[in-house]
Amino acid sequence: MIVQETISPSSTGSAPKETFVLNLGPQHPATHGVLRVKMTMDGEYVVRAEPVCGYIHRMQEKMGENRTYAQYLPNTSRIDYLSAMTYTHAWVGVVERAARIEVPPRAEYIRVITSELNRIASHQVWWGAFLLDLGGFTPLLYAFDDREKILDLLEGITGARLTYCYYRFGGLCNDVDEAFLEGTRRFVLEMRPRLKMYRDLVTDNVILRKRLIGIGPISAELCRKYGATGPVLRGSGVAYDVRKVEPYSVYPEFDFEVPTFPEGDSMARYLVRMEEMAQSLRIIEQALDKLPGGPVMAEKVPRVLKLPAGDYCYAVEAARGRFMVRLVSDNKEIPYRVKLRTPCLSNLSLFEEASRGMLLSDALAVLGSLDLVIPDIDR
Amino acid sequence: MSALFSKIVTLLETEPYRLVVAVVAIVGFVALNAAYLVWVERKGAGRFQRRPGPTEVGPAGLLQPVADGLKLMSKQLILPAGADLTLFRVAPLLVMAPVLMSLAVIPFGQSLAARNLNVGLLMIFALGSINVMALMLGGWASRNKYAVMSAARVVSQNVAYEIPMLLVVVTMAMVSGTMNLNEIVRQQAGAFWHWNLFRVWVNPLMPVTFLIFYICMLEETNRAPFDMAEAESELVAGAYTEYGGMGFGVFFMAEYANIVLGCSLATVLFLGGWQSPFGVLPGVVWFLLKMYFLVFSVVWIRWTFPRTQFYGLLNLSWKILIPVSLFTLVLSAAMLKILRSSL
Repeated sequence: MIVQETISPSSTGSAPKETFVLNLGPQHPATHGVLRVKMTMDGEYVVRAEPVCGYIHRMQEKMGENRTYAQYLPNTSRIDYLSAMTYTHAWVGVVERAARIEVPPRAEYIRVITSELNRIASHQVWWGAFLLDLGGFTPLLYAFDDREKILDLLEGITGARLTYCYYRFGGLCNDVDEAFLEGTRRFVLEMRPRLKMYRDLVTDNVILRKRLIGIGPISAELCRKYGATGPVLRGSGVAYDVRKVEPYSVYPEFDFEVPTFPEGDSMARYLVRMEEMAQSLRIIEQALDKLPGGPVMAEKVPRVLKLPAGDYCYAVEAARGRFMVRLVSDNKEIPYRVKLRTPCLSNLSLFEEASRGMLLSDALAVLGSLDLVIPDIDR
Repeated sequence: MSALFSKIVTLLETEPYRLVVAVVAIVGFVALNAAYLVWVERKGAGRFQRRPGPTEVGPAGLLQPVADGLKLMSKQLILPAGADLTLFRVAPLLVMAPVLMSLAVIPFGQSLAARNLNVGLLMIFALGSINVMALMLGGWASRNKYAVMSAARVVSQNVAYEIPMLLVVVTMAMVSGTMNLNEIVRQQAGAFWHWNLFRVWVNPLMPVTFLIFYICMLEETNRAPFDMAEAESELVAGAYTEYGGMGFGVFFMAEYANIVLGCSLATVLFLGGWQSPFGVLPGVVWFLLKMYFLVFSVVWIRWTFPRTQFYGLLNLSWKILIPVSLFTLVLSAAMLKILRSSL
């Protein structure tokens, strides 16, 4: 936890510069949620930015320790509500690993398809909101246009539009229908030209380039120091992707690249996410082509799950980085300990060091490029 | 009937009545523009973002400005604790007043100007600087850190941009040889290549001069991509953060009034004012057409570009606009010297 420092009146005499504290948040248009950043400012320059978390702390870990495995399942989609699919994947993954449940291949393929769709939707929200941070209003509506198509597709099979609870221990809630497969194929075809349009209209815009290139460099070393993962780490030139490094589900069967950009500036993080959307489309296309038949639910899943005593881990690559669930079981119906390793907390914690000496508007651009979801920080 | 009509017209042209008519007309024009440019902005934004914009209140959302106005007026006036109450209340008026006064010298038609001043151009720029002061005072008086930061931004930004704008205006005054706006328009008579924008034989860089003027106008009116003063994703609402209700409403109206003034001035200086390019339609229609085209382009730009960086903005002014506008000034001075001596 960050220790809060108060600046006492007597210390102002010794301060080399006259600074003031700017309270950014918990309600501020750029924090996209109830994040508060205590900024010590020297005019427009950030001397020190101190994130204050906990405004939306919901005791997710403790809740996990007070519920059965199945009861906690819907909670996982509410931690990072923008990548609900990947988060539920981690929870069902860890339980399946502990209970040694074999998931039928068709279920795994559909999990990959829906997770990747979810990743694209999440990146679209980030893209729109990030441009909003930079003062460009129009891209948001275009991004939500594409996202809407994904939400419609996922709504068709899961019944939910944001906080899906589609995966079950041992498979899926229900099989996908023909409309979903058709719609997903069409979406992939429609999305490619849209990504090109975004590149031409937004990424190549001279004002945007000036605002992002060289702004807020984050070195790979800094990422390692704070444990940042996901597009933030890949934007610093480290090709770390859980899907490649610790393969889970059926990801090894697909041919896709891990986009990395060595610059480490806001533009690199931007480009990583834009490129990831294209890669996700590739994965979806391959998964649709290879989609096997068969059941979507494992046969023998006990109704009351009691995991054998032990310590289990399962990590997934969520839209914002590595999400890992660590589960300690003592052979009871409820877990002994649940530890959630969420990417946003680590990604935020490097902000203080990265934003030092930066102009306020640049610091906010960097904050936006970290793609924070506040409930994911506070859990 | 027509005798009575002409009698009324002559009566209205005598001094005290003329003043009243002018005041009513300008206030009405500004109020109407401020209200309906908000509608244009929202509709335009909607179209740029592939959505319909306001549709609910009235046909095509045309009554939306009325609803917005009523809402703003019904809001409680909140005075922040510790604010400088006098300045806080005066600032919106100080933003609005110079625009209203400046519009008095704009010639909307051949004889459609409230006042035909010989130093009209000078007056507009003299009053134009009050606007900055008012924003600064408003920001400073509200005792809010965001507002103070915004006030500081407004000042440095306007200092940077008033210089190239004035250099451009000096160039135009030199080319025209007068500061009377009506006279400037009269000189641009004839087809559209007589407009100052296309008078490349006086100054080959005339289109560049227009571009500089346009950029400075965007900047002076605090419009995106130069909306450093408002910058909602950084400074919440900048200098307007603490204003609610009609205090905010007046700031908002002044922004549009300023855009109208800036576009009118651009029309007068560069696009031939009320001169018709083809000889059809009365002059005032052409004036409004040209002006609203510029206003529309301002809306267009806002919804297309992201915000610039603050130091980028200052660099643009000090490193590009000021040298270029100085160059055009010297160039047109030299060209004029050559042209006049050869005659």
